[in-house]
Amino acid sequence: MNERLNDTIAPVLSLRGIRKAFDGIVAVEEFSLDLDRGEIVALVGDNGAGKSTIVKIISGVHTPNGGTLHLDGKTVDFADASSARRKGIEVVYQDLALANQQTVYMNLFLGREITHRPFGLLDRRRMMTETRKLLEDLDIRIPSTRSTIRNLSGGQRQGVAIARATRWAQKLVLLDEPTAALGVAETSKVENIVKSLKDRDLAVLIVSHNLDQVFRLSDRICVLRRGKQVGIRPTGETEKNEIVSMITGLA
Amino acid sequence: MARISLRSNTNDGSELTQIRSFLTKLDVQKYVVYLGFLAIFLFFAATLHDDGFLSTRNLSNIVLQTAPATIMAIGLVFALSAGEIDISFGSIVAVSALVAAMVMRGQPALFGILAGLGAGIAIGALNGVFVAFLGLPSFLVTLATLGLFAGVARSLTNLQSVPVLNDFFTEFFGSGSVAGIPSLVIWTLAAVIAGHLVFRETRFGAHVIATGDNPNAAQVSGIRVPRIRFLVLTISGACAGLAGLLYAGRLQAAKYTLGESDLMTVIAAVIVGGTALTGGRGSIVGACVGSLLMGMLNNGLILMGLSVSGQMIARGLIILFAVAVSLREFNR
Ligand SMILES: Nc1ncnc2c1ncn2[C@@H]1O[C@H](COP(=O)(O)OP(=O)(O)OP(=O)(O)O)[C@@H](O)[C@H]1O
Ligand SMILES: [Mg+2]
Repeated sequence: MNERLNDTIAPVLSLRGIRKAFDGIVAVEEFSLDLDRGEIVALVGDNGAGKSTIVKIISGVHTPNGGTLHLDGKTVDFADASSARRKGIEVVYQDLALANQQTVYMNLFLGREITHRPFGLLDRRRMMTETRKLLEDLDIRIPSTRSTIRNLSGGQRQGVAIARATRWAQKLVLLDEPTAALGVAETSKVENIVKSLKDRDLAVLIVSHNLDQVFRLSDRICVLRRGKQVGIRPTGETEKNEIVSMITGLA
Repeated sequence: MARISLRSNTNDGSELTQIRSFLTKLDVQKYVVYLGFLAIFLFFAATLHDDGFLSTRNLSNIVLQTAPATIMAIGLVFALSAGEIDISFGSIVAVSALVAAMVMRGQPALFGILAGLGAGIAIGALNGVFVAFLGLPSFLVTLATLGLFAGVARSLTNLQSVPVLNDFFTEFFGSGSVAGIPSLVIWTLAAVIAGHLVFRETRFGAHVIATGDNPNAAQVSGIRVPRIRFLVLTISGACAGLAGLLYAGRLQAAKYTLGESDLMTVIAAVIVGGTALTGGRGSIVGACVGSLLMGMLNNGLILMGLSVSGQMIARGLIILFAVAVSLREFNR
């Protein structure tokens, strides 16, 4: 797999031999994966397999104990979450990371608010316009860009979180169980948004326990068992039984 | 909740939809303080008409007397909105006033002003260092500095009050006026407008609210949360310092008791004014109206002829009621 690093078009992100231990307990070991633009890769595995840990290593929340990360072919070293963001990597966390008492548009621009030139005052109108346009593009329906987050449904909140990631991601979007708490209709809405990220030529890594969803969405499936990568399959060339036995380790 | 499609709502900016969204947002919570203000005003106007409540002199007295509390309230809005609390401001008021008055015994007013404000900023920054960079809870830190600087204020002049004889200072912060508007009113207005602009219309203000709302979200969004925590407590100290100067200017003297009795009034004014104790929401204008409401209450209870203990009991009960009403609305 190493030869891919020398391709003319390097993958957006390559993980090589990533290892992470918490207090001596190994959470992730010898993990390698390439992510390309316009591709959705699903990361599956049982509870505690290390999926969220990998997401947090890519997003800079955790520093790996070993291995390397390459962004567009260059070795990178994310000191914290904001440095990964600056490099075009956005995360939709399992626990959302929205400011619940603020408006939708202020959440979309959280930490990156737009201001008017001379006095540096907030340009609310522009933030609202951009938010409205983005939500329309993604077909996310909410009462108003000025709605307060806590008055939205779970699906609408997830929509806002994904819209924010879409707005700012230049390279890669990481989604950690984005539909775990959602109903059927909300789930299919979120799945459509995730598919549309592909059309924006972003690389997508999605963590999910829902294998039907994984098969609907992904181009490749990466299976993790007890911190070890046990295989990557092109979605079209595998089937559920194979993935299940890879996850559980039972033939 | 009705899920209106954004598609059918693309005229979001038009007047009609603005009016509609204004009406749907017209929940009581935002307006509790204004309604309460109006209700209490009308009550006193009716019952205390013959006692001079409505006289220009009495009304302007209310405004002048609340000026320092309003300035303290502005600082507290910043602290509370960021999810912190400052209960040390009363002691900061006394120290700042005393330091300014002592410096002005031999130095021009400018040095007194700088020293007084500097003391407020320094104590606020000290609170900020303990909270933001050592990770201690702001309630405990400012409880400690409340006591600490109450002691400092007492020892600075051995409990003696220090007269302020500098005419420029007493006019600038007290009895002076510009175009008929008393300087205390100008200071209050300037502080409210500046505070409101910074709080509502700058990135810093947005980061303050975001930090109080969800510090984790703020952190992963690239907001430097410790810096925000440090700055809000420093701002609170600076506001208390300015309030100390206003007291010294109006009373033409500084004493360790200044600011001592403002804690309950200021916290009540801020909460009634729509600021969440738990962070993430605040209003400078609301706090200003809340402060006027408290001042009016004080004044009315005195005019009603209540004894000092009666006033304290009535005020406590009314504040309890007012805070309960506003918090019920917020936590719905
Ligand atoms: N901050 C941490 N400190 C200590 N141990 C941790 C920490 N984060 C994760 N772990 C451990 O690392 C292992 C992998 O956890 P991780 O959260 O990555 O699993 P996961 O695959 O996301 O599971 P789930 O499907 O339940 O979300 C677990 O054994 C977990 O207890
Ligand atoms: Mg997980």
